[in-house]
Amino acid sequence: MPARTLFEKIWDNHTVCAGPEGSTILYIDLHLVHEVTSPQAFEGLRIAERKVRRTDRTFATLDHNIPTIGNRMVIDDPLARGQVEALRHNCREFGVPLFDLEAPEQGIVHVIGPELGLTQPGATIVCGDSHTSTHGAFGALAFGIGTSEVEHVLATQCLVLKKAKTMLVNFTGQLSPGVTSKDVILALIAQIGTDGATGHVIEYSGEAIRALSMEARMTICNMSIEAGARAGMIAADQITFNYLRGRRYAPKAWGEAEAHWKTLHSDPGAKFDTTIEIDATRIAPFVTWGTNPGMAAPVTGVVPDPDRAANESERNGIRRALEYMDLRPGMRLEEIPVDRVFIGSCTNARLEDLRAAAQVIKGYKISKGIQAMVVPGSQQVKRAAEQEGLHTIFRDAGFEWREAGCSMCLGMNADRLQPGERCASTSNRNFEGRQGAGGRTHLMSPAMAAAAAVSGHFVDIRKWQYKT
Amino acid sequence: MQSFTVHTGLVAPLERENVDTDQIIPKQFLKRTERTGYGECLFFDWRFDAAGRPNPAFPLNALQYTGASILLTGKNFGCGSSREHAVWALRDYGFRAVIAPSFADIFSSNCVKNGLLTVALKPEEINTLMARASADRLNLKVDLEKCEVSTADGFTAKFTVEPFRRMCLLEGMDEIGMTLKHDAEISAYERRQRV
Ligand code: SF4
Repeated sequence: MPARTLFEKIWDNHTVCAGPEGSTILYIDLHLVHEVTSPQAFEGLRIAERKVRRTDRTFATLDHNIPTIGNRMVIDDPLARGQVEALRHNCREFGVPLFDLEAPEQGIVHVIGPELGLTQPGATIVCGDSHTSTHGAFGALAFGIGTSEVEHVLATQCLVLKKAKTMLVNFTGQLSPGVTSKDVILALIAQIGTDGATGHVIEYSGEAIRALSMEARMTICNMSIEAGARAGMIAADQITFNYLRGRRYAPKAWGEAEAHWKTLHSDPGAKFDTTIEIDATRIAPFVTWGTNPGMAAPVTGVVPDPDRAANESERNGIRRALEYMDLRPGMRLEEIPVDRVFIGSCTNARLEDLRAAAQVIKGYKISKGIQAMVVPGSQQVKRAAEQEGLHTIFRDAGFEWREAGCSMCLGMNADRLQPGERCASTSNRNFEGRQGAGGRTHLMSPAMAAAAAVSGHFVDIRKWQYKT
Repeated sequence: MQSFTVHTGLVAPLERENVDTDQIIPKQFLKRTERTGYGECLFFDWRFDAAGRPNPAFPLNALQYTGASILLTGKNFGCGSSREHAVWALRDYGFRAVIAPSFADIFSSNCVKNGLLTVALKPEEINTLMARASADRLNLKVDLEKCEVSTADGFTAKFTVEPFRRMCLLEGMDEIGMTLKHDAEISAYERRQRV
């Protein structure tokens, strides 16, 4: 057999048969469902009198629309309530298991999949959500789909797809102290652009990647979509196996599973359509200054000058972004003051992220006038953090400690920026209005966001004075 | 699903790159459980000011683009969130085709499912059309059978569409129905792989 990439191995393993016109009917192992992108899909099934083919491979949770404070069983917004109730009703009617608001497993869909051991190496995983790419950290092929495809998978457990192209991003050397996986992915997107990987599945490799924890790997794969990639993946290794072992849905026949997973890596000599090499030792802590995740720079840098852009359209793009963000060219990024701090989302709200943020603020108070909150990625993360006393550290410093959900990552619930407010955020999108109409978002790592809460402006975390 | 063969219509230019689906349809409109009625919310934060009045600087609000059914825009259109609501909003507003140098993957796949054609043209061709559509009313013919965009006065540009997508659009195919014809193969796969 010729040398194959990890992606090609998973693709071959899941090919049911050829579809029309060069397409492939691909089997889907795991389908995750949430309240926002599923109601129309269930409605479609109902109209066509179809069933959910594999209720044992479909799992639902509530995350996008829900309150993160107060009595969560009472949702004031009638539309949000309607959507939550629709998911409950649909799950009951079609026999799909739901991790409801009071369930100990509830959380952001991309946080709970791995936690429960549902996310496994070599699997095909989809969800009506672009950040499904997160699960690729386990050596799975995981990608976001639209609502029509959600309906397709519910009905058939398959998708009809054309094979994506492959891209290898290899990081040589190790990361410097203070530099996190969030900086790695922001640096990559700044380099290749938000459409740099369109049509491709990225595989991340190299020493710097191998050294990362599963949580840090998830942050990188999570934001693959912000580079335009169909999916991001990292071959499973001992770190992956250690993470998964003993989790609720992890395979019972462990030895057999692990032996199979060990074969799932790109063969030496496997061909990628594109290969990128990045020197990991040179990556600095990054922050975004603009209105897409590619508009990012090292925190030691300055706001760019549109007049020095490569071409007319880029110049217009920067101009528009600076106007929206209310920033001047040449301003030092470390001088930018913030109003709000959000530590949360499927990118950076796992236990390790909260630990990193808590370590920074320990012994400090947040700066006057700043409103800061922590929204754990799942109930399980919240409980684990509380067991370690992290919630006390956050509260003592002046942070709000919330319940699990998407919250101000997209502001579908009440957690939103006001027009003009500037936010240091650990989430994944700094699009105009993403966190609230008129709000201004700067993406960064949990430690950097925590430091911004204390200092009142962005800081180079490598110079931070930790009080332990 | 609605099919797409040939469509002739007025072009509305939106001269921006990397238009994300959060702009096409902001999050406050994702709470509904229907597929219809999203046209009013299309480009909401760009189309309307804080008081809900139409923003005169936004192209879709200009009189000369009233009734436009073809959107002409910059590269990487539809990036970001997988929300199919973005496509429902474009369709509901009246668009049948979007022309740009490139599109985000999930967005273009969502388009096929809703009979909205994405046409990728070369940047030079986009620039030519953008200049013409900005100066004057421009009508374009988009022909999926010939994979060609043309004007009455002789401009033509060829485009390519992935064969499977082209077939789905031309035939307005029920993709789920098509996959279900392979039920025996799916069951055989499940037995073989013990899934
Ligand atoms: S946390 Fe944000 S990016 Fe992640 S699933 Fe929720 S809304 Fe999407």
